Amino acid sequence: MDTRILDDLRAIVDGRGLISSPEELHTYECDGLTNFRVIPRAVLLPASTEQVQKIVRVCHRERIPFVARGSGTGLSGGALPVANGIVISLARMNRILEVDFPNARAVVEPGVINLDVTGRVQLQEYFYAPDPSSQSICSIGGNVAENSGGAHCLKYGFTTTHVLGLEVVLPDGSLVHFGGKTLDTPGYDLAGVFVGSEGTLGIATKIILRIVKRPECVRALLAAFPSTNEAGAAVSGIIAAGMLPAAIEMMDNLAIQAAEAAVHANYPNCGGLLLVELDGPVAEVETLMTHVNEICHSNGASEIRMAKSDAERALVWKGRKAAFAAMGRISPNYIVQDGVIPRTALPKVMSEIERLGQAAGLRVANVFHAGDGNLHPLVLYDRRIPGQEENAEALSSKILELCIAAGGSITGEHGVGEDKKYAMSKMFAEPDLATMQRVRSAFDPLQLSNPTKVFPTPRLCGEKPGEYQPHPLETSGIAERF
Amino acid sequence: MDAGAPSKTATVISVDEQFRSIVGSDHVRPAISTDSVAGVQPKLVVVPGNETELAEILRVSNDAGLAVVPCGGGTKLGWGNPPARADLILSTARLNRIVEHVWADLTVTVEAGCTIEKLQEVLARHGQRLALDPLWPDKATIGGVLSTNDSGALRLRFGALRDLIIGVTLALPDGTLASSGGKVVKNVAGYDLPKLATGALGTLGVITRAVFRLHPLPRKTRTFAISVSDVEQTQHFIHVVQDSKLAHTSLQSEFSGQAPPISHILFEGTEAGLDAQEKQLRTLGGSARVLEAPPSVWSARQEVWTLTDPENRVIAKISILPANLGQTMELLQRTAHANHLRWRALVYATGIGCLRLEALPEALRDTLQSLRRDLERQGGSLVALHRSEKVPVFDVWGNAGDTLPLMKAIKHQLDPRNTLNPGRFVGGI
Repeated sequence: MDTRILDDLRAIVDGRGLISSPEELHTYECDGLTNFRVIPRAVLLPASTEQVQKIVRVCHRERIPFVARGSGTGLSGGALPVANGIVISLARMNRILEVDFPNARAVVEPGVINLDVTGRVQLQEYFYAPDPSSQSICSIGGNVAENSGGAHCLKYGFTTTHVLGLEVVLPDGSLVHFGGKTLDTPGYDLAGVFVGSEGTLGIATKIILRIVKRPECVRALLAAFPSTNEAGAAVSGIIAAGMLPAAIEMMDNLAIQAAEAAVHANYPNCGGLLLVELDGPVAEVETLMTHVNEICHSNGASEIRMAKSDAERALVWKGRKAAFAAMGRISPNYIVQDGVIPRTALPKVMSEIERLGQAAGLRVANVFHAGDGNLHPLVLYDRRIPGQEENAEALSSKILELCIAAGGSITGEHGVGEDKKYAMSKMFAEPDLATMQRVRSAFDPLQLSNPTKVFPTPRLCGEKPGEYQPHPLETSGIAERF
Repeated sequence: MDAGAPSKTATVISVDEQFRSIVGSDHVRPAISTDSVAGVQPKLVVVPGNETELAEILRVSNDAGLAVVPCGGGTKLGWGNPPARADLILSTARLNRIVEHVWADLTVTVEAGCTIEKLQEVLARHGQRLALDPLWPDKATIGGVLSTNDSGALRLRFGALRDLIIGVTLALPDGTLASSGGKVVKNVAGYDLPKLATGALGTLGVITRAVFRLHPLPRKTRTFAISVSDVEQTQHFIHVVQDSKLAHTSLQSEFSGQAPPISHILFEGTEAGLDAQEKQLRTLGGSARVLEAPPSVWSARQEVWTLTDPENRVIAKISILPANLGQTMELLQRTAHANHLRWRALVYATGIGCLRLEALPEALRDTLQSLRRDLERQGGSLVALHRSEKVPVFDVWGNAGDTLPLMKAIKHQLDPRNTLNPGRFVGGI
């Protein structure tokens, strides 16, 4: 990228919105998935939609790939820079533009932090429902890109359920509006396609969100089981009884130990811990909680505790939400996996994970959203021991294959990003992926917007058919051609 | 298709044999007058027996330059603009299997031609349902309901089809069978094409099967009718309920030029929960009359469609901001009064409503267009669903906004020869 282009970009964001010194660029070399790192050519921090448009127009004119970035908490490498490309950080666009209580809508810029939306509306007893574990730092723009879930999506749905409209800068720099404050705007559901497209279809610059009235009460129950099998059976029992809890979370013994060590949530020490949360009208919740209690007992729960106050409930959740980070207490290194299985396959998949772990000589901790079958097996290893990192990665991939074989998905909420694009062709057939690519071409015919993510690359991505040219990833020593 | 174009007629005859070889002679028949699509007469009706056959019929038609109208139960075949061309009706009537109901996972995989009623019957055996109440469930099919994005009163609690569909298989005009989404509720791998297909009116591909997340059937239900004196009080009541801690499933209000408005609310849950909510509702209702009502009030939308005088009626779907309900109904009343129209509207608390206008044909067109302008000005929309033949033709969709070029680009990518439902969708797509 020549200096002329850098000057053009600098002029758009008035100096302080451009980062190009090598030391500062290191901050942006990866997101929450740290095993892929690429230094971008520059990072732009626009302060307005107009600036985003101008930047993207320059990229379009000069054929420069760009990657949008929110808080950089993603766990699949979705915000990994593209070599010789730029990163567009939306961190400065962090205003909540409008809150409309009569219609239960909020209009926000992409850099707004997830939890700040709830913070802004909680006095009126509303909340923003999607609650990824990183909600105190992750941005709404990033949530939109990844279609983030969270523990409560079992009842409340995902980011896509709560995004009603979007202002988007398309990869050619044009500005378009998907959906709106009203439902069912005539035409294709472009907001539906855009949410979860991992930054490959453009950049959201304004997002219309649905906010939700707080339920009358929330009750949480902790049940300790001998193993995850009994806990899993209890989950099936709850579902079979016709209940739709706000959340059902499960942790195995390793995960419990880690959470205890990290935040002292006072969890019972057991083989399988179930956290069930119900919300709604008091009379309804109390009746159903009694029922949940019975189901847990009849499936062999050795101990059942009700979180009696909001403080107790918060502590229960703190242990669960800290579970990933807590692994650092029991293992020097770990890989966070994100796979989904039909809930009925849980016992089989769990025993298979255990078998694979033993065969590899590695421990696997399990934390999952049991209500919707979203597993987060954490493969523990020690990088200092030669070969163990490779073993851990191989094991993590095998677990993903188990999920696919069980009829599930390679990702429930973390996204495909850079990390799992190789696995897309295991989950989808060639015509399925080709159809998605056709949709992508309608948005981004030049493949400039986060071009190397999501889709498997038979060729190295970004490469034009025709005579051999070294790919940017090759010249920068990141990729090799075999 | 232009009926006077002999070359096209010849093409139809030559591909006719191919169709027969794909699906068998019993499943290809000449179209008759009752098969006409919004006044356009197709030539053939082809009924494939599985999704491979369907994709093959589509490919052959596409290669031959024929225009294809996908069809399920045919209950909403008139929705959308009249097709620019229509050569064959591609019926999903034989793709009617429930492939897999994994009740313990609360999911179902079902073929496009299965009726809503048949699906719900099977799901109910395990105490479950597809939490959707579309029109004419006895005839309407999964594919048709998805393509038209039909939804009713349950949407307030359970969302629309976009929130219930988790996987789809589409047959594209080039014969590709492409799946996306999956069989699990939580899944972010790849683009969300189930949502793209939902509400696309069959213009991008033919839905051959879909996977849905399910909900338990309610243990108990209770419905109440709430009567207040005027539109303003209705708006106030709706706002109070929506801003409360009530966990109602549905909330709808009916308006007309003849009678005072009436609202209905549905609660689902345990006996104890229902008692408590009833008490709260009565407190919130204040001076309003609150009476228990029969569940039949939830078919009010279908009643709006009961056409005793179809010649002089239009039916439209409106979408407004919930807080604009009062002003919209007052606008309707004023407009109706000025143009001597009879009207009836059913509006859900989501802001989506169904509107019936009765008057002389020209007055209907003009009134609808003027109403649409007013609603669009407030960020809403109005889509005409039924227009009798005497009502002068007008675009049923309204303004597509700044996304039309992108929508056309998507259409071009998936259906470059404009084979599927040409001219029926937004902006001439």
